[in-house]
Amino acid sequence: MNPLRRILAILAKELTQLRRDRVTMGMIVMLPLIQLMLFGFAINTDVRHIPAALVDQSNTALSRVLAQAVTATQVVDFTERHATPEQAQHAIVQGRVRAALIIPDDVAKRVARSPSLGLGLGTPRATDEELSRPVAQWLVDGSDTMIASSIKGLRNMPLGELLRKPVNQSTPTFAVALLFNPEQRSAVNIVPGLVAIILTMTMIMFTSAAIVREGERGNMEMLINTPVRPIELMLGKIVPYIFIGLIQALIILGLGHLVFRVPLGGGLLALTSATLLFIGASLSLGLVLSTIAKSQLQAMQMTIFILLPSILLSGFMFPYEGMPRAAQYIAEALPATHFMRAIRAVLLRDALLADIRTDALWLLGFMLAGLIVASLRFKKRLD
Amino acid sequence: MSAPISSDEVRSDQVQPDQVIRAQGLTRRFGDFVAVDALDLAVERGTIYGFLGPNGSGKTTTVRMLIGLLTPSAGSVTVLGHSLPRDAEWLKRRIGYMTQRFSLYEDLSVRENLQFVARIYGLGYRQAKARIRTLLDAYELADMSRRRAGAMSGGQRQRLALAAATMHEPQLLFLDEPTSAVDPQSRRDFWEKLFDLVDAGTTILVSTHYMDEAERCHRLAILERGKKRADGPPQQLMDDMGARVVEIEAPDQRRLRQQLLALPQVVSAAQLGSRLRVLVADDIDDPVAWLRAQPVAVGAGTIEAARPSLEDVFVISTGGAERE
Repeated sequence: MNPLRRILAILAKELTQLRRDRVTMGMIVMLPLIQLMLFGFAINTDVRHIPAALVDQSNTALSRVLAQAVTATQVVDFTERHATPEQAQHAIVQGRVRAALIIPDDVAKRVARSPSLGLGLGTPRATDEELSRPVAQWLVDGSDTMIASSIKGLRNMPLGELLRKPVNQSTPTFAVALLFNPEQRSAVNIVPGLVAIILTMTMIMFTSAAIVREGERGNMEMLINTPVRPIELMLGKIVPYIFIGLIQALIILGLGHLVFRVPLGGGLLALTSATLLFIGASLSLGLVLSTIAKSQLQAMQMTIFILLPSILLSGFMFPYEGMPRAAQYIAEALPATHFMRAIRAVLLRDALLADIRTDALWLLGFMLAGLIVASLRFKKRLD
Repeated sequence: MSAPISSDEVRSDQVQPDQVIRAQGLTRRFGDFVAVDALDLAVERGTIYGFLGPNGSGKTTTVRMLIGLLTPSAGSVTVLGHSLPRDAEWLKRRIGYMTQRFSLYEDLSVRENLQFVARIYGLGYRQAKARIRTLLDAYELADMSRRRAGAMSGGQRQRLALAAATMHEPQLLFLDEPTSAVDPQSRRDFWEKLFDLVDAGTTILVSTHYMDEAERCHRLAILERGKKRADGPPQQLMDDMGARVVEIEAPDQRRLRQQLLALPQVVSAAQLGSRLRVLVADDIDDPVAWLRAQPVAVGAGTIEAARPSLEDVFVISTGGAERE
């Protein structure tokens, strides 16, 4: 009875303090709202309308049609024209454009001989210099691999349209069936990930300051002189934020569904369990930080220390599978990685609780370990 | 939790029935710095025991060791018959502690703060309600129960802090410089409350650097640089201080003070407005006549004996350290 009463005392106190803190209350709602809108619209892995320069050395009707055909792909926009490749390269160095298309003066001859046009010359031998010459050349700022690969995608652009000839039907080697997200919209993958990122940020931030704040405001000396036990204090501190975490998840997923048409598949049980476990894991991780930090500023720095790898290594921005082994191990030690996997599986691939049990158990482990470590580290002494 | 410890309590109570705090050789070091140096203490039940000392004399460190917040580097402490730091948790339910800095929540109201403390100490709903009403009345907080603690004056906050510290009706109350941010009238009122608590059977240990407060204690320990310089009832300390007080009215006090201090029999001389308060070692039987006979006192006005004060005791007992 008394332990419960003490937990409730801490809980009620936290809620009252939170209610009086207008800025924090505003952040609870505005943070997920603004981040969702910002990232939902902004993050797009399908790069389009790259600014490019055009160097048309042939200046013929054909070269103009070729440039139009390239524009029609929407991959690039020709924002400037130059007389020489050197000038175009200069524009790339200055950052005004990311790529330049050089159309040589013999483009007509090259197009006529191009096998992709299928003028009946058949596939050229690899050694045939004349026939294997490309039609034109791209100069690309290769430093950004995503832009480079978008332009590389233009390498095999069909040329049939240039001569108003029907494009030859080519048979792909593989048939690819997209099981989920058939429209290939980035937002569908981003929004569930945002739940993980925003919860990581707010949950760890709230609790990492929780214990330190009591010390900084001078309340700790009173608190440690009461019969409250460390674990009671820890539980009383995290329970209010569980509700806040749920509200934030609800805002992100609800708006994500309405605005970005993110499917809400899978089981409600799986979704709720994964979210609750992740909230618990993040909160108890924050508590551990709170027992290490000496000031609220230090607590904030530690939150960032956890947040950055959570954004970059959890699979939110880059696929987990593409990372080196060592980075994968680090990622496994972050609760965000496990939640990222679980919530994407549930929302996007209709997974059930049984399908995500491994990650759910990881999160449960993080939560319990965090609570135990924080309670053990918290000493009711000043020395 | 309390079962195996209570036998311990009975045993030590048989030895010293009236001592609620007993410390021997209490020492605390922070690195090379010795904050409290081999302190011996005995506090009797139902009294107000004072620690008098300047800032940095080890008062707070001693209080923190006596409630189990700090582990002593050496020495032993027994509080309410229980050894510290071993039984610190057991003691927390039986002692109250009012910290030097206001340590309740400034963003909570008076009532909310008291409710929080009541729940933390495990008071039931009805019990807490009755106790809070009693405390609000006793500490004149009833008409401001909805005000945030952060918006209250020093005196009001201090009454709130005392109300919170006595929520669970502790047998022993520790007050660490409770009146440092409070005006004199509030200080007087505050001490009235303390005597009410003592009448109800509470033992109080209070640290202070105000002489008038120290004078109200039943017994007093003067601390300086971590060492106990004097210990006893205030009146006895004044009687036994080993010096007599003489006040001299003189035109050029500054010069006179310098000259008097050069005499080996003069322990101290301090300017009090137009008068000079001189402490003369008590091996001189008639200090007034002796002073008048001194060549330096030529031209001085009235010279008369004065009643010793605690400040004189303080000056004498701590002045010894400077000469060492």
